[in-house]
Amino acid sequence: MLSQQITTLIDKELKKYPADQRQSAVMAALRFVQDEKGWIASADMADVAAYLGMPQMAVYEVATFYHMYNLKPMGKHTLTVCTNLSCQLCGSGDTLDHLNKRLGIGLGEVTPDGKYGLREGECMGACVDAPLLTINNKKMCGRLTSEKIDQILAELDKQ
Amino acid sequence: MNAPIILNTQHFDQPWTLENYLKVGGYQALRKVLTEKMSPDAIIAEVKASGLRGRGGAGFPTGLKWSFMPRNYQGEKYLVCNSDEGEPGTCKDRDILRYNPHMLIEGMAIAAYCMAVKTGYNYVHGEVFECYERMEAACEEARKAGYLGKNILGFDFEFDLHNHMGYGAYVCGEETALLESIEGKKGQPRFKPPFPASFGLYGKPTTINNTETFASIPYIIREGGKKFADIGVPNSGGVKLFSVSGHVNKPGNFEVPMGTPFRKLLEMAGGVRNGHKLKAVIPGGSSMPVLPGEIMMEVNMDYDALQKAGSYLGSGAIIVMDETTCMVKALERLSYFYHEESCGQCTPCREGTGWLYRIVHRIEHGEGRPEDLDLLLDLCNNIAGRTICALGDAAAWPVQGMLKHYRNEFEYHIEHKRCLV
Ligand SMILES: Cc1cc2nc3c(=O)[nH]c(=O)nc-3n(C[C@H](O)[C@H](O)[C@H](O)COP(=O)(O)O)c2cc1C
Repeated sequence: MLSQQITTLIDKELKKYPADQRQSAVMAALRFVQDEKGWIASADMADVAAYLGMPQMAVYEVATFYHMYNLKPMGKHTLTVCTNLSCQLCGSGDTLDHLNKRLGIGLGEVTPDGKYGLREGECMGACVDAPLLTINNKKMCGRLTSEKIDQILAELDKQ
Repeated sequence: MNAPIILNTQHFDQPWTLENYLKVGGYQALRKVLTEKMSPDAIIAEVKASGLRGRGGAGFPTGLKWSFMPRNYQGEKYLVCNSDEGEPGTCKDRDILRYNPHMLIEGMAIAAYCMAVKTGYNYVHGEVFECYERMEAACEEARKAGYLGKNILGFDFEFDLHNHMGYGAYVCGEETALLESIEGKKGQPRFKPPFPASFGLYGKPTTINNTETFASIPYIIREGGKKFADIGVPNSGGVKLFSVSGHVNKPGNFEVPMGTPFRKLLEMAGGVRNGHKLKAVIPGGSSMPVLPGEIMMEVNMDYDALQKAGSYLGSGAIIVMDETTCMVKALERLSYFYHEESCGQCTPCREGTGWLYRIVHRIEHGEGRPEDLDLLLDLCNNIAGRTICALGDAAAWPVQGMLKHYRNEFEYHIEHKRCLV
């Protein structure tokens, strides 16, 4: 079952599209599910399909096509590090090394306490702030250094 | 330097508010169009006179594109803004979205009036959530103040704009993949023709432009197309935002006239980092062929000059590499990107990008074979031009550019199993 909060958000999104094009809200719907639960299970996809009146397969196709959906639990705070060229030139390798060391996990992994997950991202469209990462696909942090990463982790630890 | 035309609210504490946009002449162009009842032909003539070419990468003349929209079509038509900026190196649209959202709204409203469109969508790159929120707030602000919605500024003109968030797919920057994505599907590009002007969003006539393209419109209408054209050089009218990233001291976006020497832009970006030497530059986003530093230092940043030098202006994203850069490693990352982002629809791209990546990867890891370089070029020839969308070309060009100018580094890697640098 989709929570009341999610259906309210989806209903708001649906207003953007023609009444007979409910499928247009599927990307947003999956995003809302992930925001609430941290990841999207097949059962959630089925719920979204039922709510929008589209085949489950079509929802699954969307969920698996776009990289930012988590198809397994990715921790309370999912850190996605861009490693594309501008970031690579500016030291995204060091960013990853530092995060590996601090969190004890590699890409695609989650800390045993479920607090942090680490993902590799593709170009985030903010290359002048390289190297960078996003937190839960919401907040972007750029011009990363080891100190700055420590600060970010200290902030997140408090939450 | 002249006063900025596109990022013209930067001097305010909160550059994004309607109040501040109005202080710099915001929405005057829209008011002019409505008050003078400018005809669609007159608007298109102004845009044509401005020499404005699409800022999304392909450089298609904007006025001409607008003239393709059917005039007497009964029924819904759509206007779409491509803010899915994900071409590595490119981050100029982000600054328009977060610092001058109303300029985009005004440009789109003028385009909508010109093409008799009532509904627009702005497709925002998933990774820049803060820009999406900023745009949502700006649209709400514009609706309340009567710049969007019914009876805009009291005239018989209706247009509303909605933001749609992407969620991580480079290929959705391709205009027809983007339309599929708004329709709630996988972002797989459509075969063309039919072009979006006849069969676009939900199968209706649709015009798609880049964020910066729309943001250039208010100035063109307010000040006249000729004035915009004259800022640039022949065949490359107006101003352009260039994102300078990589090995520079002060990476950033710079708004300069088309035709500005690269040398000058490099200077604006603080020069090559820590006194290092310039080695190579990708001048128009990661898909464009790389050029050696010596060539770049003599090149002006406009469509013709870059083409003559052997690359393209593309999205205007400049990636600077100093002498410490291993070109094999740089290409490995780019080839991984195109492999990862291929939508899988066309065999040459789906299979070919994987081959490209695996071969460059093995060269980088000391397992390259002497015949690999010719194999890479052969693959490129079998990908470029053989796919539904230009992602195939985008994957091939960086490989061809690297092998044209830095073949010796690749050979060294294969022979000695390590970097030349
Ligand atoms: C793989 C691929 C990615 C693209 N990404 C973008 C993009 O992020 N932003 C953009 O405006 N155009 C992008 N384009 C170009 C669009 O297809 C289209 O030409 C452009 O949005 C048209 O607007 P314009 O004429 O104002 O440039 C991309 C094209 C391809 C083939």
